[in-house]
Amino acid sequence: MNVNQQAHMTSPYRQPQPALQGYAQPGYGGPPTQYAPYNGPNPGYQQGPTPAGYSPYSSLPCKTFPATLASDLSSNSSSPLDLGPVRPPPNSGPPPVSASQGYSQYTQGDVQNGPPTMSSQPHRPPVSQSYLPGSQPAYHQQYGAPHTSMQQMTNQMSGMQVSAPPPAVSGYAPHSSNPQTSVSFSGAPSFTPHSVSSQQNSPAASLTHGQPPSQSPFPGSPSLSQSPFPGAPPPVSQPQYSSAPPASSQPHYSGAHPLPASQAQFPGAPPPPSQSSPFHAPPSSFAPPAGAPRQPGVQPMQAPPHSQYLTGPPLPHQPMQGPPLSQQNHAAPGMQGPPAQPAGQGQGVQPQQNGAFGQMSRPQPGYGGSYPGPQNYGAQPPPPAAPPQKRLDPDSIPSPQVSALPAVQKTRHRIDPDAIPSPIQVIEDDQANRSSEPFATGVRGQAPPLVTTNFQVKDQGNASPSYIRCTAYNFPCTSDMAKQSQVPLAAVIKPLATLPLDEAPPYIVDHGETGPIRCNRCKAYMCPFMQFIEGGRRFQCGFCSCVTEVPPHYFQHLDHTGKRVDCYDRPELSMGTCEFTATVDYCKNNKIPQPPAFIFLIDVSYNAVKSGLVDLICAEMKTLLDYLPRESSEADSCIRVGFVTYNKVLHFYNVKSSLAQPQMMVVSDVADMFVPLLDGFLVNVNESRAVINSLLDQIPEMFADTRETETVFAPVIQAGLEALKAADCAGKLFIFHSSLPIAEAPGKLKNREDKKLVGTDKEKTLFQPQTSFFGNLAKECVAQGCCVDLFLFPNQYVDVATLGVVPSQTGGSVYKYTYFQVPSDGDRFLNDLRRDVQKQVGFDAVMRVRTSTGIRATDFFGDFYMSNTTDVELAGLDCDKAVTVEFRHDDKLSEESGALMQCAVLYTSCSGQRRLRVHNLSVNCCTQLADLYRNCDTDTLINFFAKYAYRSILNSPTKTVRDTLINQSAQILSCYRKNCASPSSAGQLILPECMKLLPVYLNCVLKSDILQPGADISLDDRAYLRQLVTSMDVAESHVFFYPRLLPLQKLDVEGDSLPTAVRASEERLSKGGLYLLENGLHLFLWVGANVQQELLQSVFNTPSFGQIDPSMTNLPVLDNPYSRRLRAIIESFRAERPRYMKLMVVKQDDKLELIFKHFLVEDKSASGGASYVDFLCHMHKEIRQLLS
Amino acid sequence: MATYQEFIQQNEDRDGVRFSWNVWPSSRLEATKMVVPLACLFTPLKERPDLPPVQYEPVLCSRPTCKAVLNPLCQVDYRAKLWACNFCYQRNQFPPAYAGISDVNQPAELMPQFSTIEYIVQHGPQTPLIFLYVVDTCLEEEDLQALKESLQMSLSLLPPNALVGLITFGRMVQVYELSCDGISKSYVFRGTKDLSGKQIQEMLGLTKPAAPVQQGRPAQPQDHSISSRFLQPVHKIDMNLTDLLCELQRDPWPVPQGKRPLRSTGIALSIAVGLLEGTFPNTGARIMLFTGGPPTQGPGMVVGDELKTPIRSWHDIEKDNARYLKKATKYYDALANRSAVNGHCIDIYAFALDQTGLLEMKCCSNLTGGHIVMGDSFNTSLFKQTYQRVFTKDYNGEFRMAFGGELEVKEMGLGGTSQWKICGINPFTTLGIYFEVVNQHNAPVPQGGRGAIQFITQYQHSSTQKRIRVTTIARNWADAQSQIQHIEAAFDQEAAAVLMARLGVFRAESEEGPDVLRWLDRQLIRLCQKFGQFHKEDPNSFRLSESFSLYPQFMFHLRRSPFLQVFNNSPDESSYYRHHFVRQDLTQSLIMIQPILYSYSFYGPPEPVLLDSSSILPDRILLMDTFFQLVIYHGETIAQWRKAGYQEMAEYENFKQLLQAPLDDAQEILQTRFPMPRYIDTEHGGSQARFLLSKVNPSQTHNNLYAWGQETGAPILTDDVSLQVFMDHLKKLAVSSAS
Repeated sequence: MNVNQQAHMTSPYRQPQPALQGYAQPGYGGPPTQYAPYNGPNPGYQQGPTPAGYSPYSSLPCKTFPATLASDLSSNSSSPLDLGPVRPPPNSGPPPVSASQGYSQYTQGDVQNGPPTMSSQPHRPPVSQSYLPGSQPAYHQQYGAPHTSMQQMTNQMSGMQVSAPPPAVSGYAPHSSNPQTSVSFSGAPSFTPHSVSSQQNSPAASLTHGQPPSQSPFPGSPSLSQSPFPGAPPPVSQPQYSSAPPASSQPHYSGAHPLPASQAQFPGAPPPPSQSSPFHAPPSSFAPPAGAPRQPGVQPMQAPPHSQYLTGPPLPHQPMQGPPLSQQNHAAPGMQGPPAQPAGQGQGVQPQQNGAFGQMSRPQPGYGGSYPGPQNYGAQPPPPAAPPQKRLDPDSIPSPQVSALPAVQKTRHRIDPDAIPSPIQVIEDDQANRSSEPFATGVRGQAPPLVTTNFQVKDQGNASPSYIRCTAYNFPCTSDMAKQSQVPLAAVIKPLATLPLDEAPPYIVDHGETGPIRCNRCKAYMCPFMQFIEGGRRFQCGFCSCVTEVPPHYFQHLDHTGKRVDCYDRPELSMGTCEFTATVDYCKNNKIPQPPAFIFLIDVSYNAVKSGLVDLICAEMKTLLDYLPRESSEADSCIRVGFVTYNKVLHFYNVKSSLAQPQMMVVSDVADMFVPLLDGFLVNVNESRAVINSLLDQIPEMFADTRETETVFAPVIQAGLEALKAADCAGKLFIFHSSLPIAEAPGKLKNREDKKLVGTDKEKTLFQPQTSFFGNLAKECVAQGCCVDLFLFPNQYVDVATLGVVPSQTGGSVYKYTYFQVPSDGDRFLNDLRRDVQKQVGFDAVMRVRTSTGIRATDFFGDFYMSNTTDVELAGLDCDKAVTVEFRHDDKLSEESGALMQCAVLYTSCSGQRRLRVHNLSVNCCTQLADLYRNCDTDTLINFFAKYAYRSILNSPTKTVRDTLINQSAQILSCYRKNCASPSSAGQLILPECMKLLPVYLNCVLKSDILQPGADISLDDRAYLRQLVTSMDVAESHVFFYPRLLPLQKLDVEGDSLPTAVRASEERLSKGGLYLLENGLHLFLWVGANVQQELLQSVFNTPSFGQIDPSMTNLPVLDNPYSRRLRAIIESFRAERPRYMKLMVVKQDDKLELIFKHFLVEDKSASGGASYVDFLCHMHKEIRQLLS
Repeated sequence: MATYQEFIQQNEDRDGVRFSWNVWPSSRLEATKMVVPLACLFTPLKERPDLPPVQYEPVLCSRPTCKAVLNPLCQVDYRAKLWACNFCYQRNQFPPAYAGISDVNQPAELMPQFSTIEYIVQHGPQTPLIFLYVVDTCLEEEDLQALKESLQMSLSLLPPNALVGLITFGRMVQVYELSCDGISKSYVFRGTKDLSGKQIQEMLGLTKPAAPVQQGRPAQPQDHSISSRFLQPVHKIDMNLTDLLCELQRDPWPVPQGKRPLRSTGIALSIAVGLLEGTFPNTGARIMLFTGGPPTQGPGMVVGDELKTPIRSWHDIEKDNARYLKKATKYYDALANRSAVNGHCIDIYAFALDQTGLLEMKCCSNLTGGHIVMGDSFNTSLFKQTYQRVFTKDYNGEFRMAFGGELEVKEMGLGGTSQWKICGINPFTTLGIYFEVVNQHNAPVPQGGRGAIQFITQYQHSSTQKRIRVTTIARNWADAQSQIQHIEAAFDQEAAAVLMARLGVFRAESEEGPDVLRWLDRQLIRLCQKFGQFHKEDPNSFRLSESFSLYPQFMFHLRRSPFLQVFNNSPDESSYYRHHFVRQDLTQSLIMIQPILYSYSFYGPPEPVLLDSSSILPDRILLMDTFFQLVIYHGETIAQWRKAGYQEMAEYENFKQLLQAPLDDAQEILQTRFPMPRYIDTEHGGSQARFLLSKVNPSQTHNNLYAWGQETGAPILTDDVSLQVFMDHLKKLAVSSAS
């Protein structure tokens, strides 16, 4: 519809909205061309569209997409385009086809059905079956060869989707084509496209237009149905659309119902090509669209979706259209086009639809008749226009209306998944565009490449994104602005992050006895933000502006630019990140700390022994102890180790080097834990090696016949804590625990697993600890620098929410191996353990984030403890732990000086050195919302949202939390729409380029097991995941929420490039394919039922699908290139993540597939989570509500 | 009187009994008028090489409230096969086994020479002896080493089937599991937290929820297997335990400057008691506590760990300034009671230069019949040999120790039946038993009657047998009015002195020293008034019969003894002395009251001399035995000779022999006495001479100068009264009508 209108209006639109045009233009441009062709083909629709149309599309789309991309990126303002343009381009190539199919399919199917009459039946099916119908040409296309072309289409469509209107348009388009009256309307133009259809461009255009259409529609509509529309157009663009489209469409349909429709659809597809051209030269494209062609282009777009519905309802056409549209609206808010119709159709439509569906077939024939009735058009147009206006947007209205209409849901489905922003595309684009050049941090306010992109970092005064990532790199200058945008200002800080091998670790600066130079007032550390003045005798703090004397030993002259001469010789003056050695003043009790200690506390109760765990740990420990963390400059680790085993009593071991045999000391007084020995408990590994080995040999023997099933837990932590206290050092406890601690002891727990609470207001209690005991214990641990890592091996409920309190407040980690069995989980556990023991870790850490005046760190998320509002205390801080910090304004910021932040972490290294790591980051400040939205990092935003939500569920009902998230996101997007996007139809969903993926990612957060649990997930798992996410960095949270799904059919076995990922949706899986999915915790190899035997042979060493052993956790080692490459990929994935991922082989249609499907996050989830498409529609609705 | 002396001696040899009065006053009133109570010293397990135990069980009186044992004093009707209980007059049928009884075929228990007889009880489980070592590790390295060696040595002295256990303590308490190979395993307890016996057993894993079968038999072996983790037969874990002891280290926790080590004696004992309580109730067991310092933490602590606060002295106690005294005493008292209930005895070996809290802990041994040995260091022969002597064996190669003793006294015409439990008894353990004549004055026991007393001692012999020793004695009743001279003649002044001393010590435990002395004096005066012959108000006319002649002198020395005098003694020492005083037999007790002094000279064979300063002469060597100390004192001249080395010269061989003589005699005493006395070799003017000087009667002091400078002895620098003065006062008071 819109398209048509646009096409018509082309001229007017251009003028009014240049920006829009920019984006829209391409799209529009496309359509017009298409239209043009279509028009021509009108007669030929049938012919051209189907066969020729598709193929050409494929080619065309490609072009168009790139174009759109460029435009999008270049012009941020292209609000409408955002979604459309950006995505289309990437996908453009392949997607268009599918997309087009998606829509087109339906549309096609519908259209075909509709038009042919014969299709009458199909009409219904298409809706419901949408895919099934796909079997029809359209569907086939998706899967089959046509894919390419189809995909292109989809891409385009995606763009379109954003601009919802397209469908309507398409619908209209066909109509227009059909009805002769259309001639007078846009019909003529639409047809022209057909003729052009051969050109294909037109269809593409229509798709992309989706957005533009909305805009254009108005103009178009007026132009087309000038007579009728004129009145309508003026009111609101949207209404116009609605009105316009129907009018135009109807005529089309009437004209050539059967074929035309299909054609129209096709045209839709073809348009892409045209779009391509248009995008490139938006204006020009527009121009063409303006001409008759546009309409057709538009029409095709709209047509498809509508067509489906319409097709069904043909008779009602006009009225029907109305409803369908409305439905569409509902379904996909994006599809605004339809709404207009509904408005118009309003009353009649709904019933009609209902009837229509049933009647569908019948109506079709009737269509012709009905269509002919131009009256309808006339009539319709007017009404639509009016109602829409009143209601604001038909789109917005949809909800009520829709609700009335059962068909709505169906319509929703119609939205082509390929037409909506694709994470894969965005990731691929970023990788393509930004990985080649190193990212220099010297430019303030520049958002780094995505976390998924491989890029090198040059530290030029700001901390690497490996250490700090912000949600926004242009902070609003005022709190009002911040409030208005609702964009959270947060940073995800990973202070001890491991850098890529090719980047140098932070320089260590030693200022001798005086320690680091600091600002007198705010105590910020010397950094590149300090301004030296008065010839270098003083410096002004960039954070608080206080002027501090430069100590004599630190004095240096300034050069002519005011920089210190030695600026580049001193890392602290030139680097965003550096590390100071701390003096004794920075030590606890003013005493140089002792080297830290590792204490291993092993559950030896019946369950642990029986599962083989104790054997495994003891065997592994012997080698593991050789890999304790050490300073790179030292040959041996300074870390001392100690051993404890326990069931409902604790056994300490004296492994003093002078002993011939270890000595066991049992402490049964668990109510009042203490450490029974001093000397000989914590020992140097090398000195006591023999005794330790003897101990590790004997532990499994000693407990081999144990019948003790009860365990304690809190006393275990207390024991470790007391041991560290006694040794006066910091350290880490590794607790290997198997069951709910029900033995009589402090911190004794009871089984409180009650699934009935899920979904109620009391659900939050499930995430809260049972008792406050552990909170207090954690506090003590933090005071001593005692970090707790917990490895759980439960066979039933263990209350992770409670057991995890201490680990999470001491900067530790929780690992969980449910139903642990050595054969299946041994590898995973051992790898996790190795990594956990070996990874670099700091102890007794205090982190403080200082910021420039005007902004303040107000909230912190992560695994730590805070005793006041500013200091983040971490008993242990390892290289995988990230802390998310939220900032709030307390004053104005200035654009000139930007916003500065300095994160200083004081910690004890593994050799007992006290160090200070300082990360500095400056971001821009802006007074324009557009600037804010231009420099956001959605991945970081999601990280923040997830952590925020996951913490909120401790205190609020889950539903409230979900709503809060949705609301805030809707506000963010609507604020953008309102303030930054060029005016456009409310029916359009316009997303900021940087936040294009916000809806899809947000949906993933919302449907995560935490916020929307399925019936099969245990409370423990939820608590576990909740805690995991709390300390995740951006890369982890990204893949956690949006898993990576790699198709492996066409693996490049020679090179080291990975295949391009596909979107996490079942649709993307081919029966003949092999896919690898990872989310940082799980790794699946999905095997399609029709995979070629050769492939199976080279991967599984079996030719038959049926013989694949689904219980394998590693692929067989086979000497063929494919197997080698595949295993290498799996290994590289594992290496990339902090936790080892067990490989699960999932056979298509196997029981396990359910689990796998859980990670196909774009699909509707079993637990009721919305599919991406549905959620996008929902978001759109929310946004429109906010806008109204 | 010789007859009485002989009678007394004979009785003691045969029955181990000595009465203060061998003829009994016939009514309560008269008995009280006797001043010295009717009482006896009884040595239940007096060694009787000539007394083979009989292999059957005693025949009991069938009256449930009586249950006296058939004895030679019973009237027996051989034809009717009946016997009459001489305590309740119940007539009893002989059991079937006695069918062949006749006046020529008497069972042993009816023969007069078997007034003391020992039965071996065959039934009931035989449980091995149990020795639980509780070892302080807060010792100096040398001490610990010496202690470890002694303990290791002791393992070889134990019967092979005896069960041993080990608990060590310092800041924490460790209970060692002895059954495991490879890794040594111990249970550790915080030294500051009091735990109930049940908790301890739970924590040691000694409680098994299973085994609801109450039938005793099945439960028995199971109990054994559980407890066997901590208590193992010596023969099985000899090597293990030796190694364990070898690896025993000093308490590793650092002791800051100015602090005492933290020593959890209280908890260690509590755990030992709890462990045995749960595993071997009512079985003979010894808990042997070796401690080298005062408990400084937890329940039972005696002093804080601040060195600047000294451990309580008598002065503090009098001023009520001993913070922990009451609490600790109460704590140990409770422990002792628990232990006693279960028949386990607690020995305390306290070796330290300073006090170790014996005052508070003494009840543990006192109530359970355990030993207390006190000394300066474990690295002394005093400890080593004393400890070794604990395991001495008798003529049968059996240990001179018995367990779980239970003494029952049945009397006729006296107070009710009583029972006592003495967990650890050795052949020298002597009890003072005080009787009360219950007959009213107007209904005295008929003249000529004989009062009978039966002592029934059930105990576990060191061979693990259960035995019952029955001693039945009888004495004549006499009317104190008409037959006072009989009674007087039957007075055993030695026994009376010891019995009175025991009463005095008992009072001293709870009363202030001066009060006790005053009481003692009053008793003495009353006795003199009762039995002395004198004219009123004429001290010179005062005479005491021979049977009373030594009594005042005993009292004089008793007044000066460390049992009643706390001056110059720490509370621990007092407790230690008193502990031994109330359990040694009559001879030893008398030595304690009035030490023995022998004199060696060229003038003749060694001779006992007066415990008097006049005995201290330059040309004599004195050997004084106070039971706790053996002092060899060289007179001034002798000392000079010795210094000059005459003994090395062949021509002065006799001098060498003279020097050697007391040493040999001392050695003899040292060899047999338990605990081994402190051996002191000193000379005129030596600092250690004070031990001698403080004991002798200060007949010559700086106050009575008339003797000054004469060759009659050495003046004692004291304000104490001399025996002479004491006697003078006594006479004066005795004859005074005012009192």
